[in-house]
Amino acid sequence: MQWETVIGLEVHAQLSTKSKIFSPAATEYGAEPNTQACNIDLAMPGVLPVLNKAVVEMAVKFGLAANAKIAEYSEFSRKNYFYPDLPKGYQISQFELPIVGPGFLDVELKDGSVKRIGITRAHLEEDAGKSLHGAMPHSSGIDLNRAGTPLLEIVSEPDMRSAEEAIAYLKTLHNLVRYLGICDGNMQEGSFRCDVNVSLRPVGQKEFGTRTETKNLNSFRFIERAIFGEVERQKEILENGGKITQETRLYDSDLDESRSMRSKEEANDYRYFPDPDLLPLEISTNVIEKIKQEMPELPWEKRKRFQEQYGLSAYDATILANDLHIGAYFEKLLDDNISPKLAANWINGDLAAFLNKHNLTINASPITPDALRALLIRIADQTISSSAAKTVFEAMWNQEGTADEIIEIKGLKQITDSSAIEKIVDEVIAANPAQVADYRAGKDKLIAFFVGQVMKASKGKANPDQVNQLLKEKLKN
Amino acid sequence: MHNKTISQLQTELKNKKISSVELTQYYLKRIETLDKNYNSFITVCAEHALKQAKSADTDIAAGKINLLTGIPIAQKDIFCTAGIKTTCGSKILDNFIAPYESTVTQKFLAAGSVMLGKTNMDEFAMGSSNETSFYGPVKNPWNLACTPGGSSGGSAAAVAAGLAPAATGTDTGGSIRQPAALCNLTGLKPTYGRVSRYGMIAFASSLDQAGPLAKTAEDAAILMNVISGYDAKDSTCVNRDVPDYTADLNKKIAGLTIGLPKEYFIAGLDPAVEKAVQTTITELKKLGCNFKEISLPHTELAASAYYVIAPAECSSNLARFDGVRYGYRCENPVNLIDLYERSRAEGFGSEVKRRILVGTYVLSAGYFDAYYRKAQRVRRLIRDDFVNALKEVDVILTPSTPTPAFKIGEKLQDPVAMYLSDVFTIAVNLAGLPGLSMPCGFDKGLPIGVQLIGNYFDEARILNVAHQYQQVTNWHNKSPENI
Repeated sequence: MQWETVIGLEVHAQLSTKSKIFSPAATEYGAEPNTQACNIDLAMPGVLPVLNKAVVEMAVKFGLAANAKIAEYSEFSRKNYFYPDLPKGYQISQFELPIVGPGFLDVELKDGSVKRIGITRAHLEEDAGKSLHGAMPHSSGIDLNRAGTPLLEIVSEPDMRSAEEAIAYLKTLHNLVRYLGICDGNMQEGSFRCDVNVSLRPVGQKEFGTRTETKNLNSFRFIERAIFGEVERQKEILENGGKITQETRLYDSDLDESRSMRSKEEANDYRYFPDPDLLPLEISTNVIEKIKQEMPELPWEKRKRFQEQYGLSAYDATILANDLHIGAYFEKLLDDNISPKLAANWINGDLAAFLNKHNLTINASPITPDALRALLIRIADQTISSSAAKTVFEAMWNQEGTADEIIEIKGLKQITDSSAIEKIVDEVIAANPAQVADYRAGKDKLIAFFVGQVMKASKGKANPDQVNQLLKEKLKN
Repeated sequence: MHNKTISQLQTELKNKKISSVELTQYYLKRIETLDKNYNSFITVCAEHALKQAKSADTDIAAGKINLLTGIPIAQKDIFCTAGIKTTCGSKILDNFIAPYESTVTQKFLAAGSVMLGKTNMDEFAMGSSNETSFYGPVKNPWNLACTPGGSSGGSAAAVAAGLAPAATGTDTGGSIRQPAALCNLTGLKPTYGRVSRYGMIAFASSLDQAGPLAKTAEDAAILMNVISGYDAKDSTCVNRDVPDYTADLNKKIAGLTIGLPKEYFIAGLDPAVEKAVQTTITELKKLGCNFKEISLPHTELAASAYYVIAPAECSSNLARFDGVRYGYRCENPVNLIDLYERSRAEGFGSEVKRRILVGTYVLSAGYFDAYYRKAQRVRRLIRDDFVNALKEVDVILTPSTPTPAFKIGEKLQDPVAMYLSDVFTIAVNLAGLPGLSMPCGFDKGLPIGVQLIGNYFDEARILNVAHQYQQVTNWHNKSPENI
């Protein structure tokens, strides 16, 4: 039988606030256990939650970007269950009335087609702490630093039909929350976590099959592996006449397999009810309107504009548009004297490589858009060759001066005087008789060797086009 | 000395007729010698109190007199007090020392008062007789065989017995007003949101409110000036100006319209209580008040709604007492479930367990709509009843309790009978309105109270009525024999 895969995703995006969702404690990652847990996070008797307003604006931003309805009236509910890393014995979440209602994201697939993935809802909630096993003999430890960290849980419709679609949706979402500055997207640290719901149904059947939920997935690769594994597991059961059990499964990345965590029958009755310690969350249309005005151009809008306005390739436009700051850097850099393609190449090439190597974001780049523009103008007007430009760039990175100063000091001005180039070309030809003979015997590829030798002899200053042309002429006979 | 009101003691302190240290020593001595009869304190903090008194005397000498400088106060043991044991009347918190100060007790510190100690109470404020306390029942100073009411029974008994000039209480369904009525005190439950709940151990968050238990309406007003006001740490606390509650006490009340809800004057009401309330009405008529019969048609549903909503909230609020981070932990737990089950089974008393069970049940899948959601609808109807009635009248008057104080042990085995002792007070919590109980007579030596219900944030008006009434009556000045 032919099976169709149906996938729905629940993403927990940790919101990038300085303090927790209901307490003033810091949210910074990696602190010593329990040093970022205040009386409220510890659920001391008598303490009360107070909503951090920053999370509301972040949730609204996400909702607007996801074409979703923003609830003018939503409420926080208590999800009751006992666990040592859940100090109050309940998690404050949103249940019946979430802040973000139905919306969608348009996701671009590998073949260039676009698929619309529905978003059921997104709601605010607090994270739990962590249990630490093995740190102490005979007992487990609890670290409540993470308890109360704000999360936006984004629930998709079961609209995806393959792992590829699921990953494409996740990457779009992952990029969006970082672009909006509401989540750092760090999957290793758990800032962007995903639970995957998978079911199969015979192709053509309308009703959904029984689904399973797989948890604990903290990389795109693991998510993809987990979906493949789960599809295979379910297929095998179904084809042998078995039935899928509705259950929660835990993925083990070391073994690349999942195991059952609990079945539906074992599931908790969370006894949700509105949290009487918090007032309903009311957001006026004015506030929503104000946030709407402040919304940045969204990545997909920007990508389209970059292609149309600057004639960039889809590839270049995507890289530049996917990061708010890179896009801004690019547009600051542009000037009538340089082509957008040249600017894009340098940002996506050398600048990206240096930033990456030094683990810096573009905002922390030691080379400002103005400084880089000065360099690119010298490339465009042929003052320097592109290989000399790399030397200038590195010197600029090391704060040795402006592009022009460095070109001057290092004497990197391109030699365009053809008689000077001709002299070097002649010398190189004279010094390499064996290679000349080989070339003339048909080894065309040796042209690169000669160009290299000339460039080397000119200390990179000769114009490579001229060198190429002259060499070809002289080597002909 | 111990019959003096806060306002009288303030005059004596100011005129240096007595020092705060002397006053504090006096009360500490009374507690030491007499409280064995009442069991009204769980913790007495003599050393701490004397230190505060000394500091108050320095302030008084320097002319720095704040709202309560040098006045000894007893705090219900539900308020977290930094460095001093806070038990909430429960074994599960028997070893608990809070690492922080509640907003209410912080306001008392800032006002310059002296904390004598922490008073006994029903476990987690769940009870109407102070019999559910892990620390044993409190006895009513008017008759040691009787309960002082609850849950603020320790506070009420302490004030009635002259062990403290005044005390704090908390009121979720009548826990200030019912013991005030049973111990001949003036007790006020403020509007929900008037007083911060931060640091007050939660029973039912949407109903809990702290308030004063005092000898007179004037003292209650003085204490309201101390504890009221916005607190950014409590999202349900209302940001609204606090009037001087003593300012209008002497205003004449002639012309005021007082509503008498017919649903509160029904067959089954103790005849002595009814008689005392009628006498109060006569007295208030003499002061120029007009009376009008009103209807609060959903009154009979109040108890049912309350006993769904309060347990639902408590079942969740008390989940944090799990033996993991603080409080009682069972010995040698074999695993996590064992740790939870035995810590809670051994740490909580039976009334608390009963309410956790009821609350868990009404919130469960399949029962939520039938119980919790329906109770919330009833709650809105009850609120609307009051809102509509208060368009026609300024104040509503009812009996505070159906009967005077009952015997210790009398209702302990009959939870429904116990729950009905709050039948006249719980609707006020469901509506979030302010309610006051004041002394209005006696039956066989036991005090009777009458309840005044005001509009939202209209505490000043009910205090005004109570004060005017206390200017022409003497019930509130009576003390138990031998005290």
